[in-house]
Amino acid sequence: MEVAMKRFTILDHKDTRSGFGEALLELGHMNEKVVALCADLTGSLKMDKFAAAFPDRFYQMGISEANMMGVAAGLTIGGQIPFTGTFANFSTGRVYDQIRQSIAYSNKNVKLCASHAGLTLGEDGASHQILEDIGLMKMLPNMTVINPCDFNQTKMATLALADYPGPVYLRFGRPKMPNFMPEEIPFDIGKAILLREGTDVSIFATGHLVWKALEASEDLAAKGISSEVINIHTIKPIDEAAILESVNKTKCAVTAEEHEIHGGLGDSIAQVLSRRMPAPIEMVAVMDTFGESGKPHELMAKYGLDTPNIIQSAMRVLDRK
Amino acid sequence: MPTTKDLERIASQVRRDIIRMTNQARSGHPGGSLGCVEYFVALFFHILRHDPGHFDMDGRGQDVFFLSNGHITPVYYSVLARSGYFELSELKTFRKIDSRLQGHPATTEGLPGIRIATGSLGQGLSVAIGAALSKKRNGDDHLVYCLMGDGELGEGQIWEAAMYAAHNKVDNLIATVDYNRQQIDGSTDEVLGLGDLRAKWEAFGWKVLEMDGNDMGSVLGAMKVAREGCGKGVPVMMLMSTEMGYGIDFMVGTHLWHGVPPNDEQAEDALGQLKETLGDY
Repeated sequence: MEVAMKRFTILDHKDTRSGFGEALLELGHMNEKVVALCADLTGSLKMDKFAAAFPDRFYQMGISEANMMGVAAGLTIGGQIPFTGTFANFSTGRVYDQIRQSIAYSNKNVKLCASHAGLTLGEDGASHQILEDIGLMKMLPNMTVINPCDFNQTKMATLALADYPGPVYLRFGRPKMPNFMPEEIPFDIGKAILLREGTDVSIFATGHLVWKALEASEDLAAKGISSEVINIHTIKPIDEAAILESVNKTKCAVTAEEHEIHGGLGDSIAQVLSRRMPAPIEMVAVMDTFGESGKPHELMAKYGLDTPNIIQSAMRVLDRK
Repeated sequence: MPTTKDLERIASQVRRDIIRMTNQARSGHPGGSLGCVEYFVALFFHILRHDPGHFDMDGRGQDVFFLSNGHITPVYYSVLARSGYFELSELKTFRKIDSRLQGHPATTEGLPGIRIATGSLGQGLSVAIGAALSKKRNGDDHLVYCLMGDGELGEGQIWEAAMYAAHNKVDNLIATVDYNRQQIDGSTDEVLGLGDLRAKWEAFGWKVLEMDGNDMGSVLGAMKVAREGCGKGVPVMMLMSTEMGYGIDFMVGTHLWHGVPPNDEQAEDALGQLKETLGDY
C-alpha cells in the first residue's frame, strides 16, 4: 500500500476526462505504438489534442462501438497499443460480448478508456449514466479495472497503462470535481493508497467518492471517531493486503463508490473480508436503481453518494462492531 | 508450387480429417467445414505467404488469416496441422479436455495459427480490419484474409465493419463470405433473407468478386484476381458459393449437418467416399 498521509486540500477543480486527454497526448509523444480510437466523441473524451498531434495514429470509428472494439483487438496484432474512447455506457454494456471474446478471452493489449461514468454525467439521464460498468468489467478474466479519483490520478493512471500489459478498463467522469491528489504520490496499478490513518473504522473509497470520504473523515474526527481513508483506484486486481491490514486494526469497513451496489467496489471488499477476515461492512452505493436527469451534486445527494451518508454509514458500522 | 491436382488430393485428406475429428469428438461442425475445404487448402497450401514453422502473434512480414465463423474449426485445425503449424497427431485431441484444439478457436492455449478467439459471430471482420491497419502502420505490405459465414451476416457488427473499411480504404484485406445459403435453423432464405449480397457489399463500397468455392480451379483463379485487386483504395469481398457438406453424398446441400457429428456408421460411409491421400492422423 502506498502511503500519502497529509491534510489534503483542493488544488483546483478539474474533470477527470481532461486528465485522460492530457496523458494520452503525452503518451503519444513518448510511445509511437500508442494509437487511439474514438466513436464520434473526440471532444467529449478530450482526445482532440492527440488526434490533432498524431492524425495518422488516431482512428475515427464513427458511431460503431462494436466495430471499434474488434478493430482495437486487431491493431494489437502487429504491436500497436490501442486506447479506445467513448462513454462508459458504450464502452461496456453495449459491447460486452466484443470485449469478452475479442479482447478479454483473446487477452489483447487494449486499453478501454471510458468517460462520463456514473450519476455525475448529470442531465443526460439514466440512458447514459451507467452504474453497472465496474461489475461488468471486473467479472471478465484477464481484465484490470481502474477507477481513479481526480484529474491528477486519472492522468497518472493513463500514463501507467502504456507499459502495463493486457486488457484494462479505465473509468472516469464528466464534471469538474475537486483535484487533490498531489502529483508526487506514486501511482501503481493494483496498489491502494492510504490517505488518512485511523483506528476506529476503515473507509474504502473509489472515484469521485474519495474526496467525499476525506470530508467525512474530517467530520468523524470532530465527533471523536478516528477513521482510516483508503483510496482503492484499482478495483481489480484488488489490493487484498491493504484491505486486511486496515481492517485488522479497525475491525469494520465502509465502502463508497459511484456505482450500483451489485458488482462494485463494495462487493469486492466484502468478498475479501468474508473470505479472510469477517467484519461488519456498510456500503455507500446506488441501491439497485437507475439514475435520472439532474445536476451532478443534486444526483449525488439524492442517491446518497455524499459525505453525510458516508458519515452515517460509519456510525452504523461502528455500532455493529 | 503445388498443382491443382496436388491441392485436390490434400482436400480429400482434409475432408477425411473433418469426418474423423467430429466423429471421434462426438461433437463439432462438419457441414460448413466440408464446404470450405477447397478455400482453406488453396489458402494455406498455395496463397498465403506465411511461415507455419515459425508462428508468432504479430505476424509481421506474413499474410495473416482470421476465421470469423469460428465453429468450422475441423477444417481450420486440419489445414493448420497439415501445413505445419502443429503436429498432426494433435488433431485427435479436438474438443477433448486439456486440448489446445478448443471447440472454437482460442488463443489462451497458445495453438500456433490462431490469433484471435472467435465463435460468437460477427466479430472477425473488425479484428481483420484492425490487423490490416496495424500492417499499414508497420509498413508491412502483406495481406489480411478473413472468412465469414453467410448466416453470420445477420450480425450488425459486420455492417459497421463494412462501412468502416470502405470509408477508410482498407485495401490490404480480402474478406470472404461462405455463401452456402444455409444456417442452423434452415436455409438463409427461410431464416433471414440475405437479399442481393453482391449489391449490398457494392453499396457499402467494396469491390465484389465471386467464385465457386468447391472448385479448386475457380478458387485459385478468383483468389488471384482478389490479390491483384488489393492496394487500390477499396476493400475486397469474395462471395464464395459453396455447398454445405460438400464431398459426402448424404451430407451435401442441407443445414442438417451444421452442428451434428457423424456416428460411427455414418463416418464409415463418409470415409468410404473420400480417398486417403496423405495418411490419416
